[in-house]
Amino acid sequence: MAKINYIDHSGNKIEINVENGLTVMEGAVQNNVPGIDADCGGSMACATCHVYVEDSWLNKLPEPEDAEKDMIDMAYEPKKNSRLSCQIIVSDEINGLTVTTPEKQT
Amino acid sequence: MIKTDAVIIGAGPVGLFAVHQLGIKGLKSEVIDNLDKAGGQCIELYPDKPIYDIPAVPECSGRSLTDNLLSQIKPFGSNIHLNERVQEISKKKGLWIIKTNLNKTFETPNIIIAGGVGSFEPRKLPLKELEKFENKSVFYSVNNKNLFKGKKISIFGGGDTALDWALEFSKNSKVTLIHRRDEFRGAPHTLAELKKLKKDGKILIKTPFQIKSVNNGRDLQEIEIKSDDDKIEKIPTDIIFGFFGLIMQLGPIAKWGLNMNKKTIEVNTENFQTNKSGIFAIGDICNYPGKLKLILSGFHEAALASVECFKRARPNEKYRFQFTTSSKEIQDRLGVKK
Repeated sequence: MAKINYIDHSGNKIEINVENGLTVMEGAVQNNVPGIDADCGGSMACATCHVYVEDSWLNKLPEPEDAEKDMIDMAYEPKKNSRLSCQIIVSDEINGLTVTTPEKQT
Repeated sequence: MIKTDAVIIGAGPVGLFAVHQLGIKGLKSEVIDNLDKAGGQCIELYPDKPIYDIPAVPECSGRSLTDNLLSQIKPFGSNIHLNERVQEISKKKGLWIIKTNLNKTFETPNIIIAGGVGSFEPRKLPLKELEKFENKSVFYSVNNKNLFKGKKISIFGGGDTALDWALEFSKNSKVTLIHRRDEFRGAPHTLAELKKLKKDGKILIKTPFQIKSVNNGRDLQEIEIKSDDDKIEKIPTDIIFGFFGLIMQLGPIAKWGLNMNKKTIEVNTENFQTNKSGIFAIGDICNYPGKLKLILSGFHEAALASVECFKRARPNEKYRFQFTTSSKEIQDRLGVKK
């Protein structure tokens, strides 16, 4: 179990306890956290679960695969700290992770 | 006006299988899809990625799944209306009237929405000011490349489409290729060619840059791009192309008065009918407790929906459940030769 902080574009923060093994995307979708659409259901095909990872956490996450980086190219306003939340798997190690959702997903 | 037993919106795997399930029950159907080819997400998003969870098919690609479904439904002779989007629906004497953006009309007792996550539309650049230039100096696809000869072209994107067009336009125009990171994704020979053109000064490459602003006024003249570390550059530009792939948009379906849950349509699990009788939703677009967005779930949903479609299209006939292995009637419809 890890505590994940979801912050929306206007700064509202929601804190969710997400079970290990789920993705940060699933943690959001299952708990009705707004700002993450996940149209493709987590198959890395749509870039609508795009989030910005807090800089202090960026290096603690496993490197994104090439396919994820390619998909982030398609996302709305990608930045250096962009990730697809469907590719971040929750574990005790990421307890306290903070992600911010972009202004919109498409 | 085309009269048919069912109109299927979406030619993805689930829409195609619906043709089969209706067809073996003796029902005619017509399929409408916004894309230029059948297959839906399977063909547009992952034609060559392997799929491992189609029952009895240990491994197949999105493309081969689509091809096999097309051959499976061939006996039923359903028309697939491509490059066409359903625009509006209305009800007349118990039948649904469907109008497409090309003004084709259909009359049917049954509409099956198998629309995935909606129709595919090009993703756009994230700058509001660009909207007024759209289709004048800002484009997301190329219809006639000759229109852009001799222009100053700025291309955004880092994938195959962006690279291919950068190479093509560099023959007759001044091209700047702008991408948010240093790495491009393309076929090896494309990347090699790009490197060569860059070295020869035929293409200007700007990475890691994204669009920041465009000039005011009626005509596009110049754009400003910004790097990750806030470096700003001005690029003289007549034409902007953005190649960021496709995004799925629900479109007009959202306005049909169906019970929606986010971007999905609520259905009952007995026959996958929505809150409007005669409108069904199957595949990724439908929603019910426990819904899984799997192709195999969509196949099951198609089978059950087709039973209710039969009852609505043939109110005076009794529905009889039959197996393909033993039913002479079904085998005739499939054109099986004995």
